[in-house]
Amino acid sequence: MPMSQSVIEMNGITKEFGTFKANDNIHLELNKGEIHALLGENGAGKSTLMNILSGLLEPTSGEIKVNGNNVKISSPDVANELGIGMVHQHFMLVDKFTVTENIMLGREKSKFGYIDKKSAEKEIKELSDHYGLKVEPSAKVENITVGMQQRVEILKTLYRGANILIFDEPTGVLTPQEIEELMSIMKQLVSEGKSIILITHKLDEIKQVADRCTVIRRGKSIDTVDVADTSQQELADMMVGRSVTFKVEKKPSNPKETVLKIDNLIVKETRGYDAVKSVNLEVRAGEVLGIAGVDGNGQSELIQAITGLTKVSAGSIQLAGTDITNKKPRKITEVGLGHIPEDRQKYGLILPMTLEENISLQTYYQKPFSNHGFLNYKEIKMHAKRLIEEFDVRTISEEHTAASLSGGNQQKAIIAREVDRDPALLIAAQPTRGLDVGAIEYIHKRLIELRDNGKAVLLMSYELDEVMNVSDRIAVMYDGKIIAIVNADETNESELGLLMAGVPLAEAKKKSDEKGKEKDAVDSTT
Amino acid sequence: MNALDIIQLIVSSSLIYAAPLILTALGGTFSERSGVVNIGLEGIMVMGAFMSAVFNIQFASAFGGWTPWMGLIAGGFIGILFSIIHAVATINLRADHIISGTVINLAAPAIGVFLTRAIFGAAQTGPLPESFGRTSIFLLDRIPIIGPIFFENTSGPAYFGIVLAVIAWFVLFKTRFGLRLRSVGEHPHAAETLGIKVYAMKYSGVLISGLLGGMGGAIQAQAISNEFGILTIAGQGFIAMAAMIFGKWNPLGVMGAAIFFGFAQSLARIGTYIPIIQDIPSIWLLVMPYLLTILVLVGVIGRAESPAKLGVTYIKSR
Repeated sequence: MPMSQSVIEMNGITKEFGTFKANDNIHLELNKGEIHALLGENGAGKSTLMNILSGLLEPTSGEIKVNGNNVKISSPDVANELGIGMVHQHFMLVDKFTVTENIMLGREKSKFGYIDKKSAEKEIKELSDHYGLKVEPSAKVENITVGMQQRVEILKTLYRGANILIFDEPTGVLTPQEIEELMSIMKQLVSEGKSIILITHKLDEIKQVADRCTVIRRGKSIDTVDVADTSQQELADMMVGRSVTFKVEKKPSNPKETVLKIDNLIVKETRGYDAVKSVNLEVRAGEVLGIAGVDGNGQSELIQAITGLTKVSAGSIQLAGTDITNKKPRKITEVGLGHIPEDRQKYGLILPMTLEENISLQTYYQKPFSNHGFLNYKEIKMHAKRLIEEFDVRTISEEHTAASLSGGNQQKAIIAREVDRDPALLIAAQPTRGLDVGAIEYIHKRLIELRDNGKAVLLMSYELDEVMNVSDRIAVMYDGKIIAIVNADETNESELGLLMAGVPLAEAKKKSDEKGKEKDAVDSTT
Repeated sequence: MNALDIIQLIVSSSLIYAAPLILTALGGTFSERSGVVNIGLEGIMVMGAFMSAVFNIQFASAFGGWTPWMGLIAGGFIGILFSIIHAVATINLRADHIISGTVINLAAPAIGVFLTRAIFGAAQTGPLPESFGRTSIFLLDRIPIIGPIFFENTSGPAYFGIVLAVIAWFVLFKTRFGLRLRSVGEHPHAAETLGIKVYAMKYSGVLISGLLGGMGGAIQAQAISNEFGILTIAGQGFIAMAAMIFGKWNPLGVMGAAIFFGFAQSLARIGTYIPIIQDIPSIWLLVMPYLLTILVLVGVIGRAESPAKLGVTYIKSR
């Protein structure tokens, strides 16, 4: 077999924003027909590098070769012409346009400016049939599922004749089943001669599909390795630059009295239909209860109801023996609730305000931070400094804005604020969304620590791994109802995946057992 | 007056008052579809009205009956020039769209009246020699009943506006340019990744609004007030924006809304001829268009879906 042919070579790429080097002399080589993973922590410079490759940013220095020729990718158009297409992490789709309009935008087939929709639709149909990318060409993007939106993104690049596809953190918003589908689509694409760069910080995905992996840390390329010869542990250590642990170390739980008690809870969604349908749930002191489920099955509304951010239509919620149904958020907070909100930038922090102000957001009105309505900044500052130290929030100073912090440090600041008040119940919604291995490890440790100190923890996450690793019990939400509660050490990923898709518990157990047996059979033959 | 005469009067005067609104509101639609709020339309109308009045007086002898139409072009031209200020401020300099528009609204009447004084020695130009007057539309006016109501002794510019609305609808929803313009107002970042020149699209939107806004002002001056003065444009730019919102940024809906507001404006003029409302004090009829604007916006605004990135400055990466 001849030496594999390289389709992209990036040499000595450096990109400076002011004095900050986002990319520092990075080397990356992509071979034809391979899936090449690009691994790195948040802010390591992966996106910057890929934006350079797709023509959105210009490098400060360095050279790029496509198919052996030196090129200058000065705009997305040039990248298109070179056959480079990007599937963006935050989909680049116009919600109000149809699937067809989104795919053809910028490459419209037209006569004298008049758009020939029919022939575009036909071509899209052919592409989607060929690659098994099922879409509805005339549906509006705002009305289709996230999985289909991603397929539209992929079709967009194929429609432009891309041979080199960049997938930027493609699995963050998908269900386990959708992830499986995506992986097989990616494998099919490379079998047709396309080449793929997969940006991710999920190691299992790399192990599953990637051929080689380039690791980036703090803007520098660390190494390129063959995935088959490298363990997940080695990859993680390379990425973080120290040894990390994946398995959350924890003792068996020791649940005590009930802290949160929810009875027949019904919550209406903004458009008026029931998002939470007659939910009963108990969380006890000294345990972590995980809520698993696909985005949009009522988890967010459930949490908003507990935290007082949305109105409860029927049913009751009791926290530490006090009825908190439809009470104001401050009242609920004072009863003993800590809340790490799902969208930390929208609900967790006030980004333009300083870190010290953000850290005192829940307590600023109490003594000693406030005296007859006047803020005591000396106390606020001391308090902030103590928490920054204790929770290892990396910032230049407590007087910098919350916006200036990285995602992981923003989250640490929120956790510091919420945990320091010593709440009876901590609700953590998607606490590690978008964070890297190091930060995830830290946050999981903190949650377990809290549990071991006899607090109740309610963890809501779309990440199955996280729910399984951290929780003691897992409640699966589907269509506004809790369809099953299982013990974390008695379940597995495929059973939970099936439950999340609405399959009843008994059936899910049966199916996942069969699958497990098949796998065992395959394993024993090899 | 018999019923047919009354209907004819209502329709034709509604159209006369609607004409400036139709054009200006269509202009606003293009600007906002590209994501740029243009409340400067009021000021742009003032400049268009001023320019067309000056043109009308200077060149009436040369162009005769065609003078108002030539004045329309002159008004559109000055509208483009003024909209460039708004485009540079909002697109390149990242100014707040409302502030920039307000600057134009404050500056335009001052410039208009100042120049009028400089040229004519008075705050008004005095009557224009050639106005749009009333036209009958060839052939269509011979249709029984419908012909006299809609196409006889009616407003030429209004029908120009109606044809323009149809063209605008086609351009926005059926052409490549329209798709790209709308994509920039909805998700400029996505558009950029697909190689669409976001700034160029926004410039197109704003400049088209300048052209049509200037023309709208020119129609107001040459068909309704027949002079230029400080009161020639009194809120029509804002009413046009209301029509744009009421019409949900769809040229055909916008046209319909503009005709509705034209009807409201015409009431004060023709109210005395209409049996049911002739006893209403005229002050109420004068207030009507503004009152209706408020009512319509209060009723509609929550539900009207504007382009997603309307009024948001787009900053290119790199």
